[in-house]
Amino acid sequence: MSIKEYRTAAEARGGLLVMKNTPGVAFGDRVSIEDHTGGIRNGQVIRASEDSVLILVFEGVEDLDLENTWVRFLDAPVEIALSPELLGREFNGLGEPRDGRPPILSSLRRAVGGSAINPAARTYPREFIQTGVSTIDGLNSLVRGQKLPIFTGSGLPHNRLAAQIVRQARLKNEDAAFSIVFAAMGVSYADAKFFRDEFASSGVLRNVVMFVNLADDPPVERLTLPRTALTAAEYLAYDLDRHVLVVMTDMTYYAEALREVATAKGDVPARKGYPGYLYSDLAEIYERCGRIHNRHGSITMMPVVSMPSDDITHPIPDLTGYITEGQIVLSRELDNQGIYPPVHISPSLSRLMKDGIGKDDTREDHPRVAAQLYALYARALETRNLASIIGADELSTHDRRYLTFADAFDRRFVGQAETEDRSIEATLDLAWELMSIFPKDALTRVSEADIGKYYQEEDEAQAAAAAGGPSSGTTTAVQSYGTRRQKKRKSGSGAQPSTV
Amino acid sequence: MSKTERTGVVRDINGPIVTVELPGIRHGEQVKIGDLGLFGEVISLNGDRAVVQTYESTDGVRPGEPAQGLGWPLSVELGPGLMGGIFDGVQRPLEKIALQSGDYIRRGIDVAALDRSRQWAFEPNRDLESGQPVGPGTRLGSVQETETVLHQILVPPGIHGELEEIAPAGEYDIESTIARVRAANGHSERLRMYHRWPVRTPRPYLRRDDGIAPLITGQRVIDTFFPQLKGGKGAVPGPFGAGKTVVQQQIARWSNADIVIYVGCGERGNELVDVLETFPELDDPYTGRKLMERTLLVANTSNMPVVAREASVYVGITMAEYYRDMGYDVVMLADSTSRWAEALREVSGRLGQMPVEEGYPAYLASRLAAVYERAGRVQTHGDRSGSVTLIGAVSPPGGDFSEPVTSHTKDIIETFWALSKELADARHYPSIDWVTSFSGHVHTAAQWWHEQVDPSWEERRREALALLARDAELSRIVNLVGPEALSSSQRWDLEAAALIKEGVLQQSALDEIDTFCSPEKQFALLDLALTIYDLGTELVSRGVPVQELQRLPLLSRARRVKSLYKSEQLDEIEAFRAETEQALENLRLEYAKQEEQA
Ligand SMILES: Nc1ncnc2c1ncn2[C@@H]1O[C@H](COP(=O)(O)OP(=O)(O)OP(=O)(O)O)[C@@H](O)[C@H]1O
Ligand SMILES: [Mg+2]
Repeated sequence: MSIKEYRTAAEARGGLLVMKNTPGVAFGDRVSIEDHTGGIRNGQVIRASEDSVLILVFEGVEDLDLENTWVRFLDAPVEIALSPELLGREFNGLGEPRDGRPPILSSLRRAVGGSAINPAARTYPREFIQTGVSTIDGLNSLVRGQKLPIFTGSGLPHNRLAAQIVRQARLKNEDAAFSIVFAAMGVSYADAKFFRDEFASSGVLRNVVMFVNLADDPPVERLTLPRTALTAAEYLAYDLDRHVLVVMTDMTYYAEALREVATAKGDVPARKGYPGYLYSDLAEIYERCGRIHNRHGSITMMPVVSMPSDDITHPIPDLTGYITEGQIVLSRELDNQGIYPPVHISPSLSRLMKDGIGKDDTREDHPRVAAQLYALYARALETRNLASIIGADELSTHDRRYLTFADAFDRRFVGQAETEDRSIEATLDLAWELMSIFPKDALTRVSEADIGKYYQEEDEAQAAAAAGGPSSGTTTAVQSYGTRRQKKRKSGSGAQPSTV
Repeated sequence: MSKTERTGVVRDINGPIVTVELPGIRHGEQVKIGDLGLFGEVISLNGDRAVVQTYESTDGVRPGEPAQGLGWPLSVELGPGLMGGIFDGVQRPLEKIALQSGDYIRRGIDVAALDRSRQWAFEPNRDLESGQPVGPGTRLGSVQETETVLHQILVPPGIHGELEEIAPAGEYDIESTIARVRAANGHSERLRMYHRWPVRTPRPYLRRDDGIAPLITGQRVIDTFFPQLKGGKGAVPGPFGAGKTVVQQQIARWSNADIVIYVGCGERGNELVDVLETFPELDDPYTGRKLMERTLLVANTSNMPVVAREASVYVGITMAEYYRDMGYDVVMLADSTSRWAEALREVSGRLGQMPVEEGYPAYLASRLAAVYERAGRVQTHGDRSGSVTLIGAVSPPGGDFSEPVTSHTKDIIETFWALSKELADARHYPSIDWVTSFSGHVHTAAQWWHEQVDPSWEERRREALALLARDAELSRIVNLVGPEALSSSQRWDLEAAALIKEGVLQQSALDEIDTFCSPEKQFALLDLALTIYDLGTELVSRGVPVQELQRLPLLSRARRVKSLYKSEQLDEIEAFRAETEQALENLRLEYAKQEEQA
């Protein structure tokens, strides 16, 4: 079919172009638009009928002179060229080079829209990834093939955390590094540069593909960027057998671009002006991650989602949380106290943790330690609250232990240096050190066997308590794991029943 | 249903909504769209034009391509071979599709739900003779569909007449004729082991009956506190991550139903894989057989086309009714009905219908009610008693229960398991909030519990809830003025409530032992906690300081009993209870002695 050119543009608004009298145009097809200056813009057909066609213009419709706009329907979906040469390169949302180097030449081109993975072809993700970050590894473990977003707020160190994870993430008994697909939507030049420098200085740049749309680039292009990036990720994972870690930042700008276009189209809004299909649209992106039977590679996803006004119930984090397999939530309060990474564990969750941890994967006590820490911390936060009302002096000795624990937990378990790569064993040992602030009877989530094996007797626990006591202040620098006292582990693993 | 095929032309493509010009097409009719042959369904008519919602992505479809009316509404195949399978939202078998189209679902694939080549050992009903009158529900015979499920082959709805012949015992595929029935008009009808049924039409039954027996789920907060009946309708609302899916999967695993239909409606692919990978390994606590043998999955994951998501709930419930008609107790779990409602919203939005609340169309409430109405316990044609229990997850945006889907659902259902973010954040699982949850079935369930487990069930349940209510009240006071304001008996109330929460209400789905809890063990744990409370109250009233009681190691042990002893180990729980009573009694004596000395 020959490619026809039309000059029948009838209307342009909010990233959309309406063409009249363009019969036989396929829904979803790619469009090339030549404006009056001779500049080329790209578009996609989002509604096709006999007498008119609606086009989404990725570069926007600013300054279009309808009389002098030439539109060519390319009779192909939006697609990118794929080859191993992608690695080390930087592209825009349409897969065009941004690094001044020539475009990828390859006969292999794939539509960026992708199609749904057959659930019957998926394999349940179960391989523990050690990120070296205690709040993640210990309490919200990430597994290969999981989608685990970072929920954050403006000014919080989500980029530093994402970069730390990219640097440190590895399987426990494997050296194979991840290939990184980095997708930036609407971020600042400085943020993009931070990641670029970060990849360069940690020497992984040759293992990274970057797709970048900056804050001052056309917003509509953000709609296709994650899809382009994921098509590249799928290629790396399933054609080249690599384990791919996709970092996407910031999904909130993606959703805002979607809202902009939806409003222009006149779609019925659901909440806060976002279209009702935002959920399905986000799911199309997030669900491209996972593991597939008989395929060596995998796609693990770590989107960054900033919560407008720190509100986790805002539609973007809310719908994301409904799709992803958990979330890591950053807290402004912890950040204000100088705690890095400021992960608030209570609203954080990893749903795929259960099959990736325990005896054969990390350590046998891991699932119960996580449950115990959560229970203690929940009660500790209540106690903190109470103390702020009635004063810490009014608390019972038992309750004061919770205060001690809360502070030690925030400073030493949550807090760690940006360069500190804690092994999972170190994380769990630290957990026991903190749990041993309490008498054994208070630890009802761990088994009696765990207590027998890992509980630290009084003297050490007191040392720990002293190290983390509330009097020592909460904004001090992070105390590194290495300085804590080594516990002496009891031999044998037999149950040590606490007597009745 | 006429079989005449009509052809026409595609005029407009707006995402999944396609307008075709197809004279004579009917509302609800199936349509094949374009060169790819995408399936869809007519949802509105306007002269010669019909609006079709398509179950697959319409990328690449052009105006001018052909469209074809198929002459029947969206229907499912009902016959042996469904159990253990996984189907998409329009009942295409996903495992077969994977063989044909690989890891990704290709469009326009047309695969029948039931395997045509598989042979089934048909055992005819020996009581039937030719010449005998038969009607809907008459049992023609059976096949052993899986080790656990005996699949009854019944005369389908709408067929009445005289049995002409019935096939002898033997191996047949589902297309084989296994009986002939002569209708009153002399027409002879060929019956196979399967038939088709339009999913939007409820399958007929003789009459409705009230539910009588609780659906035992093995989950304490459900069975003991907010029971569901076989044939009941329930909802599990909660914000993301609160535990809706886990509650539903636990019910799929451990409930005493004959058949489980799990509809993953707009949710995660991995959650279905979890079921697919673990159920074939898990033993049904009632039959000892593998769980997958009685389970069937319908999967329209969140990234699959949104229109098929709307269909998936009807596809699921029609299959549920089909097994109900055989006399089975069926549980259908729909995760999540909110995604189903959103699919309605998306279609109505594209049709330009007037939204009423948060973009939802005015018919949201009536559609929801109509779906839930298909649950129930019935007397079937053919005089069997069967039931469909329908439990839907609800995913309110921002966890706000006042939004349309949650609030309409709440008006329809009888059992409401409200999940709380606060409980989930504190890792109190299941995070079913005992204050805002309710069950309309407590009284009926009580009869069962009193006969089967213990006559004091209802009273014990009430005592526990009263204690929890007091706990909430007292906790408020503590948060205002501190614990010092409480009397010692009030402090003991708090302590005992904590024991109920941890030792009874909390139940980890991941705990090998505690994941399932038999009714007997449920009662034993409840009674244990309340016994400790009662005895402790007496001690406190005699002046024993609460700290003395708190110091007893058995109190912390009592919180672990649930995961120390299996459901069969009632004797051990009883022994622990005796030991506890003894310890408390000793404390009483000791204290009395001290009193005397003083
Ligand atoms: N009974 C339970 N025992 C142990 N863990 C649980 C239990 N219920 C929930 N959880 C934990 O909570 C996590 C989230 O639960 P679940 O996936 O059921 O949430 P959900 O309400 O379905 O969320 P969404 O709406 O996003 O699908 C689980 O992955 C599990 O870690
Ligand atoms: Mg869920």
